[in-house]
Amino acid sequence: MSPLLRIEGVSKQFGGFAALSAVSIDVAMGERFGLIGPNGSGKTTLINCVSGVLPHDGGSISFDGEEISKLPAYQRTRRGIARSFQIPRPFGSMSVLENLVVPLEFVVHRRSLHTADTRGEAMEILRGMGLADKADSLASRLSQVELRKMELARAMAARPRLLISDEAMAGLSSNEVSEVLEILFQLNATGITVIMIEHIMQAVMKFSQRVICLDAGRIICEGAPAEIVANADVQRAYLGA
Amino acid sequence: MKRFVLGALLALALAASMPLVFRNEYFFFAAYVVLQYVVLATAWNILGGYAGYVNFGTGAFFAVGAYTAVALYKAYALPLGLQILAGASVAGLLGFGVGLLTLRLRGIFFSIATIAVAIILETVVVNWQYVGGAKGLPTMRPEHTPFFDNHTVWLFFVMAVIAVLAVAAARYVETSWIGRGLRAIRDNEGAAECSGVPTLKLKLAAATLSGALMGAAGAPYAQYLSFIEPSSTFSLNYAVNALAMPIIGGMAHWTGPVIGAVLLGTVQQVVTVTISSEINVLVVGVLLVVFVVAAPEGILGLVQRIRALRKP
Repeated sequence: MSPLLRIEGVSKQFGGFAALSAVSIDVAMGERFGLIGPNGSGKTTLINCVSGVLPHDGGSISFDGEEISKLPAYQRTRRGIARSFQIPRPFGSMSVLENLVVPLEFVVHRRSLHTADTRGEAMEILRGMGLADKADSLASRLSQVELRKMELARAMAARPRLLISDEAMAGLSSNEVSEVLEILFQLNATGITVIMIEHIMQAVMKFSQRVICLDAGRIICEGAPAEIVANADVQRAYLGA
Repeated sequence: MKRFVLGALLALALAASMPLVFRNEYFFFAAYVVLQYVVLATAWNILGGYAGYVNFGTGAFFAVGAYTAVALYKAYALPLGLQILAGASVAGLLGFGVGLLTLRLRGIFFSIATIAVAIILETVVVNWQYVGGAKGLPTMRPEHTPFFDNHTVWLFFVMAVIAVLAVAAARYVETSWIGRGLRAIRDNEGAAECSGVPTLKLKLAAATLSGALMGAAGAPYAQYLSFIEPSSTFSLNYAVNALAMPIIGGMAHWTGPVIGAVLLGTVQQVVTVTISSEINVLVVGVLLVVFVVAAPEGILGLVQRIRALRKP
């Protein structure tokens, strides 16, 4: 069976700096996949290339068997790839509910706008995320954890098959980390493939079925969470030993 | 929706009945300018206010409408309605073209390009003798004026119709999925694209519509003045006013540019008559500074803030 996401030999240069060097990864349908690595290792660059935010220089990316390397970001979202951002990017002038209505209108119901109840659907997603009481609040007035949840909710509103969570737990307390982790488990249980990029090792190891560690734009280790923790290269990359 | 249509029809009925109340032609001469600014400010706000892409070349789009109308009138004696349609189409195409070249890039590139377009087009017109070149061209008003006795009153009514159509278009954009997409672009273009918003397509659509409305506002200009020449047609005043009026009225709602245009346009006309037309730019500048400092969300934002304070 072909993987849902196939990244083959993807490279990305920023001037003379090689952010990614021939990275190849397969992610299976329904998988909980962890992507780790020290700061500057290329994690966010890689998912920027996958989501279409950045063009890659070499290699190819295919989703569900279709080559998507040349597609703009919005077309990739429409094919089923949704993401959250490391630093939350809310539509600050809109309410929380409207933030979700955007992907519902532009991805899910763009051919049936006159009949769709986008607000009702957005409310349903917010209820699932525990944000129903914030539906009418301006997105710019949310707390950090609420913003993280709203970003996940907005990504979910695009009805993705692949969700990329880019450090959705950064800056959260341990209780809040557990909350977000629980949400990601629930989403995965509905059949959504999840790629988690995270610095909080406990969360990644608890969540992921398989983990890849990047360092200086290259894969240095791939395996089950326990294998990653025990790997000498990973320890060296993180601790500089 | 029904309320808006009713209001629009009422506004047109009011405009049509104005000659029964005001006998002085100068009233219509001045009111035409205010309505023209309603169109320009509304058109500017579609791209500048909703999507956050600032157009400094309003004068160029206005002039393209005006000179398209003049050229077509001179060549084929087209009626005013067709002149307006042609002016709007050519200015819309210009908006699309400038957008296609610059809107792929984020930030100030579009704004810089609009300034460049204004300079290039003015140079072209200055050297285009068919439409009078730098000296300008006197234009004859048609012998027969439809519906009204006076041609200035007729042009005032025509501009009222264009203003109503412009406001209706802006309102549709604002309240539909298009407006939500444009606001998402303004708030965060990267996040908008990742939420499925085709950012380039929407920006191009907004640039085209905005340019077309500015061109429509410019098309009757030569008939209004019975003369056309490049320096006043490409005047920077159009760009300054089209930007200042939505900022003063409020950019978040379609009524903002209308309020700003009526307020600022009327003040400018009063200043022109009572003091000097040279003071106009000073008035705009002072009001702009006051609003940017004291009420950056414009009159609409100020009203909302006061209402929020009064709530128990």
